Amino acid sequence: MHELSVCGSIAGIVERRAAGREVRVIHVRVGQLRQIVPDTLVYCWDLLCTDTSLAGSRLEVESVPARIRCRACDRTADLGDLPVFACANCNGLDVEVVAGEEFLITALDLAEGATT
Amino acid sequence: MGRFHRHADGTTHSHDDDHTGHGHDGDRSGIGDHSGYRTGTERVEVLERIFDENDRTAAANRADFAGHGVCAVNLMSSPGAGKTALLQETLRRLSGPLRIGIIEGDIETSLDADRLAGFGAHIALINTGSGFGGECHLDAPMVRSALPRLPLDHLDLVLIENVGNLVCPAEFDVGEHARAMVYAITEGEEKPLKYPVMFRSCDLVVVNKMDLLPHLGFDLDAFLGNLRAVNPAAAVIEASARTGDGVDAWCQWLRGQIDSSARAAAPASP
Repeated sequence: MHELSVCGSIAGIVERRAAGREVRVIHVRVGQLRQIVPDTLVYCWDLLCTDTSLAGSRLEVESVPARIRCRACDRTADLGDLPVFACANCNGLDVEVVAGEEFLITALDLAEGATT
Repeated sequence: MGRFHRHADGTTHSHDDDHTGHGHDGDRSGIGDHSGYRTGTERVEVLERIFDENDRTAAANRADFAGHGVCAVNLMSSPGAGKTALLQETLRRLSGPLRIGIIEGDIETSLDADRLAGFGAHIALINTGSGFGGECHLDAPMVRSALPRLPLDHLDLVLIENVGNLVCPAEFDVGEHARAMVYAITEGEEKPLKYPVMFRSCDLVVVNKMDLLPHLGFDLDAFLGNLRAVNPAAAVIEASARTGDGVDAWCQWLRGQIDSSARAAAPASP
């Protein structure tokens, strides 16, 4: 639901990093616990970029499954589809999220040579 | 961070040679095949968090609150769970003994802010509908824009009433000291499992509309079990903003937050 405003943030970072060069692909990493719908993000990106210097660029979304680590028995496991933040091994509730909260731009594919 | 290669002089570099250290591991996109492009493509590592700007502003808000000795609580819920009704009862009890400011987030209208007027609290309204796209949440820059409209020097507590929504507000740190959620038992038992990020982000869940319990098939134990599955640490207060039951316990929790934020802001003392 907030993908459009998120795209605004992405555009700000991309424009600063590209510094005028033509941007072809923006690589974005999204954790499972981020409430970002990849298809919606891509749709909003195209919407936002129309008639801007970023028109024609493409978002490439990499999804990261959520993983939790039990502080009691040190077991690490995928969270799975049901969001139960408890250790399946010892039933411990003291777990930490070790993956799945990422939300970052990892890389840009820029046109070589000429600036736009 | 940053391996940005400037080409302002118009020169091109050898694509193959210059790509060492660009982190091509995990490149499964096949973007290395440049046959479809008129010119080559260079991959530049960025590794920049998309919420960095929001989080920097949130940190500035938090510092401003702390610098003025103000405790800020971010209050979230789905639409109609009873945030504004609870705030009315809160102001009825605490405004006076405590100096309270309200930051009121709503997509449109001042209806909620109007309901909170007349209790002696300072109210700053943010209509998110005027922002880009009509936002479904408050973010840190929006809260920052409201701060000059509150006399922070003369406040003990700022209650931030977020936009009614169980998804987006959970994603945005606005610079609060604590997060509380109002949950109405009319919403059903399963919501913590459907909106784990929201329920997980809260320090307290006020279980509201408890006066309706005899009329609903609501299984309180099942709800609490689901809440524990996603957030074992959250405090729970059963309440009814309509009858006033549990509101005193909520006010006590707020006073506790003011005390702990003041302790955190105070210089170390023996």
